[in-house]
Amino acid sequence: MKLIKASNRIYAMFLRYIYILRGSWARILELIYWPIIQIVIWGFIGRFFVDNIDPSFTGNILAAVLGAVMLWDILFRAQLGVSLSFMEELWSRNLGHLFVSPIRPYEWCLSMMLVSLFRATLGTLPAALLAIPFYGFSLFEIGFPLILFLFNLLIMGWWLGMLITALLMRAGLGAQGLAWALTILISPFSAIYYPVSTLPEWLQPFANAIPSTNIFEALRALVNDGIIDWQLIINASILNVIYMFISATIMIMAFKYARQKGTLLQTND
Amino acid sequence: MPASNELSPNYVIEVNNLVKKFGEFTAVKSLNFNIKKGSTTALLGGNGAGKTTTISMLLGLLLPSSGSIKIMGSDMLTSRYEVLERMNFSSPYADLPRGLTAFENFNIYGRLYNVKDLKARIEELVEILELGNFLNKKLGTLSAGQQTRVSMAKSLINKPDVLLLDEPTASLDPDTADKIREYLDKYQKLNETTIVLASHNMKEVERMCDNVLMMKQGEIVNSGSPKELIKHYGREDMEEVFLDIARGTRKAV
Repeated sequence: MKLIKASNRIYAMFLRYIYILRGSWARILELIYWPIIQIVIWGFIGRFFVDNIDPSFTGNILAAVLGAVMLWDILFRAQLGVSLSFMEELWSRNLGHLFVSPIRPYEWCLSMMLVSLFRATLGTLPAALLAIPFYGFSLFEIGFPLILFLFNLLIMGWWLGMLITALLMRAGLGAQGLAWALTILISPFSAIYYPVSTLPEWLQPFANAIPSTNIFEALRALVNDGIIDWQLIINASILNVIYMFISATIMIMAFKYARQKGTLLQTND
Repeated sequence: MPASNELSPNYVIEVNNLVKKFGEFTAVKSLNFNIKKGSTTALLGGNGAGKTTTISMLLGLLLPSSGSIKIMGSDMLTSRYEVLERMNFSSPYADLPRGLTAFENFNIYGRLYNVKDLKARIEELVEILELGNFLNKKLGTLSAGQQTRVSMAKSLINKPDVLLLDEPTASLDPDTADKIREYLDKYQKLNETTIVLASHNMKEVERMCDNVLMMKQGEIVNSGSPKELIKHYGREDMEEVFLDIARGTRKAV
């Protein structure tokens, strides 16, 4: 019975975000627009590299670049899915009603993850399908490892989203720019388009402590050398478990802080 | 004054030594009150009296610095979610999502409260509160009065045992406000609902409330039924009593 009630509440919140999307064609368009633009630009860049590269290089540049663009987009959309869901509540001043309903914080987090999965799929799938006829690259050819890559990047997007949500709970809407900035800040160290070895040596340990870095390294190993580097995938998974635990703890603390300070009803700057 | 401190199984809300501090500032100073099942209690006071802070603590939105709140016998600190299933609230200061239609809002909140036969409940509320003409319109396009009615309907969607209302008839025309008061009255009698309301409409308080808790600077300075308070202060109505207490112009006779 408890499980049914919890599922009903999670579904209610999922429905809430579907209603928002359904009510605005501009939001749906925006969701699809950016990933397609990214694929178009990076597809041409990839082709340029393919045509001008040293013939001794045997790697699949186009697959490495386009695969990276799509996977990075999944991570970014997953994070935005969580933090934007919370910002929708701030913008609509709905937190008061929401948090006097019986929804538990973990149910609310699960609903945001579900929304994030939905948004990431809706945003990235058209771009991934478009790359097949345009550039002859299919992300799905990666096969089973793709599931592990996606899973890890989604988890990373979720804990990043939870961290940003915790920050918004503490700082209010004044911190909303961070919803976009934090993940972008991580991108140079995530070795999305270049190997970790390109980074200065002192930065490499820091980069390796980011789950997405391990995933992008694993992607390159797969498309360039045909190797599934399990160690990198395991590293990413362990790091994700640790960071998810830390983010969940910070989020619980932020929620308690908001209840102590009364900021759930005062959510402006 | 009948502000009762003795415990009884009839008390649905039991507040003991409730304190809320924000840094050095004490917003609520050791509140003690009990509210009987099926009664309507008004929390009155001027700006900064501590009403919103008290209501927020009753709802669990705000953690007390010390003291306890029991609602329907359960501690709000430890059993908050179980209690919230049987409570609800409405306030003009907490919006429902304006980009969603009234129906969409009811569908979401009905599911959050696990309302059985939600469709029938929505239809019932639409009829009672006369929401049919704008059920499928986005809340942002509705007038303030229509939005208040939607918010009221949302607060009744789970047939709450305890209902907290902040300015329940604000922005409503006298006719609609009267209908809502009438409905709340009927609903309360039928379901033995306990209502706590904050209002600046003293006529509303006189008409609806069995008990009044007058707050000033975070304390309850007086309590009793509207008739008792009017008599104590030797005044004509609650408006004058309110002004006496808020301004400290006249002591009880």
